[in-house]
Amino acid sequence: MIVQLFWLYYAIPMLFGINLGSNWWIGVIAIGLNYGAYLSEVVRGSILSVAKGQTEAATALNMSSFQRMRLVIFPQAVRMMLPEFGNYTIQMLKGTSLVSLIGLTDVLYYGDIMRSTNLDQAPLIYLLVLVMYFILALPLIWLTRKGESISKKGVASG
Amino acid sequence: MNYWSWETFSEALPMVLQGLGITVGLTFSCYAFALLFGFVWTFLRRIPNKLIHWIVTWTMEFIRSTPPLVQLFFIFYAWPMIPGIGVTLSPFTSAILGLGLHFSTYIGEIYRSGIESVDKGQWEASRALNFSVFDKWKKIILPQALPPTIPMLGNYFIIMFKEVPLASTIGVAGILHMANTYGARNWAYLEPLTIVGIIFLLLSYPSAILIKKLEVKMNTRFDKKAALENVKKGAVM
Amino acid sequence: MSDTIKEPIVQFIDVHKSFGDVKVLKGIDLDIKPGEKVAVIGPSGSGKTTIIRMLMTLEEPTSGDILVEGNNLWKMSKKGKQVRANEKHLRNIRGDIGMVFQHFNLFPHMSILDNCMTAPVNVKKEDKNEVRERSIQMLERVGLGDKLNNYPSQLSGGQKQRVAMARALVMRPKIMLFDEVTSALDPELVGEVLEVIRDIAKNDDMAMVLVTHEMDFALDIADKVLFLDEGVIAEQGTASDVIEHSENERLQTFLRRFRSV
Repeated sequence: MIVQLFWLYYAIPMLFGINLGSNWWIGVIAIGLNYGAYLSEVVRGSILSVAKGQTEAATALNMSSFQRMRLVIFPQAVRMMLPEFGNYTIQMLKGTSLVSLIGLTDVLYYGDIMRSTNLDQAPLIYLLVLVMYFILALPLIWLTRKGESISKKGVASG
Repeated sequence: MNYWSWETFSEALPMVLQGLGITVGLTFSCYAFALLFGFVWTFLRRIPNKLIHWIVTWTMEFIRSTPPLVQLFFIFYAWPMIPGIGVTLSPFTSAILGLGLHFSTYIGEIYRSGIESVDKGQWEASRALNFSVFDKWKKIILPQALPPTIPMLGNYFIIMFKEVPLASTIGVAGILHMANTYGARNWAYLEPLTIVGIIFLLLSYPSAILIKKLEVKMNTRFDKKAALENVKKGAVM
Repeated sequence: MSDTIKEPIVQFIDVHKSFGDVKVLKGIDLDIKPGEKVAVIGPSGSGKTTIIRMLMTLEEPTSGDILVEGNNLWKMSKKGKQVRANEKHLRNIRGDIGMVFQHFNLFPHMSILDNCMTAPVNVKKEDKNEVRERSIQMLERVGLGDKLNNYPSQLSGGQKQRVAMARALVMRPKIMLFDEVTSALDPELVGEVLEVIRDIAKNDDMAMVLVTHEMDFALDIADKVLFLDEGVIAEQGTASDVIEHSENERLQTFLRRFRSV
C-alpha cells in the first residue's frame, strides 16, 4: 500500500495534471481502493459460505433469485462479515499512519515533528502516539469481538 | 512537461533492482522472526495463570492494533534513547524486530487456531499413553496442528512482503528506498515507483497462486475423513 | 372409476441424468396421479434423491422430459421452438411443489414462525395476518405451537424437521417431496417425524413422493412403491405387489437386509 500511496502521490499530478488541493484525497483513494478490494473479498466469501442447502430450501419455496439473496442468503452472510469488517477497519486505522509520509498532518506527523525538536523524548512521544492509536482501536476491537459472537450464532454453514 | 519517459525508466531500472536483494532478504528475515516469535506468544498464552494470560493477550492486542510504521519508528528512533536498556540498532535489524514482532502476533493466532483444531481425543490419548509433555507436543499435537496452518502462514508471507517497504522510512535500502532516492536525485518519481509496483506484482501474484494451490491440496488432505482417521490412529498408537 | 382416469400430475418420460461421467439415472418413466402417495426405495447411490431433486428444479435432467400437470418443466416453447426453461418458467411450475430436506435447511436467522411465513408473504404475496393464522395452525398441527418464537438452533432435529414440514405445507403445494427426511435424525426422534408424515398422508389430498430408508413405514402408507436400482426403476406396484409377489432377486436381497435389522 505504501508503494501505491507514493505512486498516486507522484503520478496523479503528473499524469492528469490535476492538483487535488490537498493530499487528503490521495490518502483516501489509496487506502479506500486497497481496503475496498479486501472487503469485496470478504463479502464474496461470506455469501459463498452460506450453506448450499439454504439456497435449495429457498428455491423449494419458489423464491426468485433476488428474494433468495435478500431474504435468505444476505442476512446470514452479513453476520459472517461482521468480525472481518471489524478486523479490516483496525487494519485501515493502522494504514492511515502512512499518510504522514505524504505530508498529511496526522498524529504520527506531529509526533515526528515533536521528536525532531526533543530527540531524547522520543520514547515518550512514540509511546504516546502508539497509545493514541490503541485507544482509537479499542472500540473497534470490542466491535469485532461482539461481531464474532453474533456471527457464531444463527448461521447455517458447511 | 513530459509525462512518461522510457529513458528514465531504463535508467532507473538497474538502480531499483539493486534494492531487490535487500527487500527479499528482509522479507525472509522478518518472516523467520515472526514464525519463531509466534511460538513464544502461543506458549505464553497457554500459561495457566489468569494475570499472565491477560497481560499477554492485551500486549498482543496492543501490538496488533497499532501501526507497524510507528512501531518501526519507536524501535529505530526511540529505543536508543531509553536509559539503561537502549541500544542503537541498524535500520535492517530494527526492521526485522519491528515488522517481525508486529506480524508474530498474527502468526501466534494462527498457531493457536491450529492447536485448537486438534481433536480433544488426541490430548486425552497422549495422556492415556503417558507421553511426556515434550513428546506430546512433538509427536502428537504439533504434527497435526501445523500442516493445516501452512496456507494461512503462506498468506502472511505475501502480506509481509508487501509491508516490508515500510522499512524504507527508516533508511533500509530496499527497492522502494532506491526508487525514492532515484526520484529525489533526478526529480522523476513516476518511472521508478512504477517499476517498484511492477516488481511487487510480478513477485506476489505467482506466490499467491502457489499458495492457493497449496490450500486446495491441504484442504483435501485434511478433511473430516482424515481427521477421523487421525483419531483412530491416535487411539491405536 | 374417477381414480383410474385421472390425468397424472407428474410424468417422467425417459429421463436420464449424469454427473460428469457417472450415469445416475438411465431412463426413468414414471406417472404420479394427483393425491397419490409414492415411496421410492432402493440402495444408496441408486439415484432416488436425484429424481425428486429434478422435480424440485434443483437438478437439471441430462435428457428426457418431466411434465407437471401437462407442462414441460425443464423446457418451454419460444417462437414455436422448444428451448431450455428460464427461471420465470421454472417459477411458474415450481409453485405447486414443496420439498422437505434431509438436513432440514431451516433459515437459522428467522424464528420458527417466520420460517413458515416468509415464502407465502414474499413469494405468493398473501395477506400477512392470514398467513400468520395459517402458519400457527400448521405449527400446532405438527406439535410445535409453543415454539413459535424460538429459533431453529434451539430445537432438536425432530422438531426442526417438523417445522420444515409445516413450512412446506403452508405453501399449499399439490405435490410434496420428502428427501430422506429421517436419515439425519437420532433414532429416538424418527417416530415423531413419521407420525406427522402419516398424518399428512391421511388427511391431505396432495400427491407425495417419499425417498426413504424407513421400509416398513413406506410400505405402510404408500399407494405405490418404486424400487430403484442402478439408475432404473427395477420394480413398481402396490406395496403388497412389490414385497410379496416380486421375483426380482436384488429387491428381495435388499428387503431382507432391511427387515432383518
